[in-house]
Amino acid sequence: MMQWETVIGLEIHTQLATRSKIFSGAPTAFGAEPNTQACAIDLGLPGVLPVLNAEAVRLAVRFGKAIGAEIARRSIFARKNYFYPDLPKGYQISQYELPIVGEGRVEIVLDDATVKSVGVTRAHLEEDAGKSLHDDKLGGGGYSGIDLNRAGTPLLEIVSEPDMRSPKEAVAYARKIHQLVRWIGISDGNMQEGSFRVDANVSVRPRGQTLFGTRTEIKNLNSFRFIERAIQFEVERQIDVIEGGGTVVQETRLYDPERDETRSMRSKEEANDYRYFPDPDLLPLELDVAFIVDAVADLPELPDARRERFHIQHGLGEYDASLLTGSRDLADYFEAVVAATGEPKLAANWVNGELAAALNRADVEIAQSPVSAAMLAGLIRRILDQTISGKLAKQVFEAMWAGAGDADQVIRAQGLRQITDSGQLEPMIEAIIAANPDQVSQYRAGKEKVFGFFVGQVMKESKGKANPRQVNEILKRKLAGDP
Amino acid sequence: MQNKSIAEMAADLRLRSYSSVELTRHYLERIARLDPGLNSFISVAAEPALAAAEHADRAIAAGTAGPLAGIPIAHKDIFCTSGLKTSCGSRMLDRFIAPYDATVVERLAAAGAVVLGKTNMDEFAMGSSNETSYYGPVRNPWDPTRVPGGSSGGSAAAVAARLCAAATGTDTGGSIRQPAALCGVTGIKPTYGRCSRWGMIAFASSLDQAGVLARSAADAACVLDEMAGFDPRDSTSADVAVPDYVDSLDEEIAGLRIGLPKEYFGAGLDGRVAASVHEATKELERLGADVRDISLPNSPLSVPVYYVVAPAECSSNLARFDGVRYGHRCEDPRDLEDLYKRSRAEGFGAEVQRRIMIGTYVLSAGYYDAYYLKAQKIRHLIADDFQRAFEEVDVIMGPTAPTTAFPLGAKMDDPVAMYLNDIYTIATNLAGLPGMSIPVAPVDGLPVGLQLIGNYFQEARLLSVAHRFQRATHWHLAAPEGFQ
Repeated sequence: MMQWETVIGLEIHTQLATRSKIFSGAPTAFGAEPNTQACAIDLGLPGVLPVLNAEAVRLAVRFGKAIGAEIARRSIFARKNYFYPDLPKGYQISQYELPIVGEGRVEIVLDDATVKSVGVTRAHLEEDAGKSLHDDKLGGGGYSGIDLNRAGTPLLEIVSEPDMRSPKEAVAYARKIHQLVRWIGISDGNMQEGSFRVDANVSVRPRGQTLFGTRTEIKNLNSFRFIERAIQFEVERQIDVIEGGGTVVQETRLYDPERDETRSMRSKEEANDYRYFPDPDLLPLELDVAFIVDAVADLPELPDARRERFHIQHGLGEYDASLLTGSRDLADYFEAVVAATGEPKLAANWVNGELAAALNRADVEIAQSPVSAAMLAGLIRRILDQTISGKLAKQVFEAMWAGAGDADQVIRAQGLRQITDSGQLEPMIEAIIAANPDQVSQYRAGKEKVFGFFVGQVMKESKGKANPRQVNEILKRKLAGDP
Repeated sequence: MQNKSIAEMAADLRLRSYSSVELTRHYLERIARLDPGLNSFISVAAEPALAAAEHADRAIAAGTAGPLAGIPIAHKDIFCTSGLKTSCGSRMLDRFIAPYDATVVERLAAAGAVVLGKTNMDEFAMGSSNETSYYGPVRNPWDPTRVPGGSSGGSAAAVAARLCAAATGTDTGGSIRQPAALCGVTGIKPTYGRCSRWGMIAFASSLDQAGVLARSAADAACVLDEMAGFDPRDSTSADVAVPDYVDSLDEEIAGLRIGLPKEYFGAGLDGRVAASVHEATKELERLGADVRDISLPNSPLSVPVYYVVAPAECSSNLARFDGVRYGHRCEDPRDLEDLYKRSRAEGFGAEVQRRIMIGTYVLSAGYYDAYYLKAQKIRHLIADDFQRAFEEVDVIMGPTAPTTAFPLGAKMDDPVAMYLNDIYTIATNLAGLPGMSIPVAPVDGLPVGLQLIGNYFQEARLLSVAHRFQRATHWHLAAPEGFQ
């Protein structure tokens, strides 16, 4: 049985968070009525000319810096020529031979907590095309509609080296880039709205072979799950083709999430000859040092550095540190909790545990969390001073999430304060012992498991408020027959 | 009235010798009477012109008038004009009305100029005879059986026939200078980037430049003063201060070093045209200039380089005319491909299609390096030739076109013969330099143009040299029979 190795490279199109388009003053906001956010330039009317949006350049420079890449002091815009109804000029303005961002690297953390470095070949600026709407979405009649609101939206296309070796690695890399572009504030990364789209180049080769196999390109994957599923399917398909005696054809394929398969879109022979050439309407983009320095001046501490710092400064494991640096908001949140409690471990457990689960269930971002960092810190303080038990804390957290106020308010309102008064606990425990003579005999006969039964009874009687450590101590003493 | 200079007309308007409305009516009447024999206009905008004239008269009375207030001009139909059809000489845009004005149009309107209409042109500015226009050929006022040159042939013929005081034009490979030469008018193509290309329908973006056709250098200076300047809407427009061209018209000519490139006087040049050009340079010598021979060794490569670069850019620039959003669309397309193919086949004429195909070919995978890249390299060599020459001379001169106006139809079946009309003008565009054509002694009653080429942003010098020459000669004053 032949052992196969998978080789994956990704091209990621991320929409840059500018207010206006890359070559016109029209707004970029998502969700407007069709064709209300396209000006004469976006429509490609005769005689119009592009003028480069400096903000898009600034954001591209930030990305370059964040992946340790060389920023090209001189880059060139080129025309990529092809006909399509939602491409108004008959060409897309992109960058070809001299992109603005050169080679860089990012680190991804794999499931086994090992760190892998993935090469970024380049990143270049380009404009997005419009959107075609076909018959079914227009109420029939055999028509296609074109919405040019999207046309001219600034994109940064980030091209990786073929460094990924499994669908999981590809997803980890895509997540990493997604984390990074949001972290440095150059894109909202919204995948539903198409602000972050992935093309995957996939090939397989016999393990040990250095030559790459023939690759196929899967276009427009817009969720991390689809990236993984589509690549997984494609890898299996290619292996089946080769093991069945066939050869993989270089082509562009589309992933159909409903049938969980990829389908051929066009072969190499049908591929466009894009006839790239430098756009004569735009002079070469020359960046001076001051512009670059200014663009990166307020770059925040980057995720890898922060992850490393969490590891060293807060003593977190690679896994926790990696989770907590998933987004800048999350990392900030965590550090705010640590600052207020001085307990990184407990803070990490709560943020990655209860809070993450609640955010996940409600499908909201950390910035929208109803439990603020200060509120979570307040809760942790009450655990530390033994006002409440860890178990009760979960109940308090849920109440805070539901909007019942901060930890102290919830504890007071629901009377959740732990019973640590032995004057209250001892009579309660004595009564329980007296009411269960059989169990007492069993315990005294050496059946220690019965101890749990008593703890349960005490907790039930105290409505969970009894301090567990104290309950243990008193129970042991009383069951042993000591006063 | 129509033989007065723009400065004289402006003075008359300010003295109320006549109103702009009267002047405009006069030109509209001439157009109605004389243009049917020339076909120099695609659209005449009588009502808007009279409204603009009235507005100009009021502004003059109020003392708020711009420098060109009330002066009737025409725009080449390549400049977008809001509310008035902009066809670019093509069936493709036969019904296209732009929702905006070109910067050049906007600036001249702000200066108070009155727009009489839009002039005929070779389709998408591709041609040297005005015969590729969807609206039919323009006839040369000096001999209606002959071409006016192109692509700004309508503007040149209209100015020569005194149907407007001046007209705008564009020049990608000689499209202002060659028709100016063939029609006996003064034409200037400024430095690339001097005038904004915003709203000017692109043929070859790295070569296209707006300019003026007028009856004299002084008139051209009046108009160019208002057109030139940086425009933030055109990334290739030059942010370089614009001198006052009218103010600098009277610069001394004494000591001016003029270079005659030997490559511009070789085989292919009509001997009588050469003689006329030499006679003109002798006149300039008499005025104190120092004339010497120079060489531009790479200039013979201009035509082949141009016919790679210009079609390459045009093949991409004209891709937007796809029948989807505006412009000609074929009837009942079967599918998308059919829509594209028939809309473009029907909307574009033969010459435009030829250039789109050449351009598509030279940019194709496997040919790009051999054609486009190589052409760009030679383009640099051609530009370097000029810079070496300008170390020795101030202005380069030679013939504008190899012959006088040729008969209609004479070169339509031979594209290469047609392309060779621009053999002396193309290098200027490839280098981005300013160039000019002024009338000199005619040959057999047909106009001959002297070409002047200056270094970057030296339009003022070209205009002043031309002005000095025109003060000493009378060739520019001659009007064709029937149009005086």
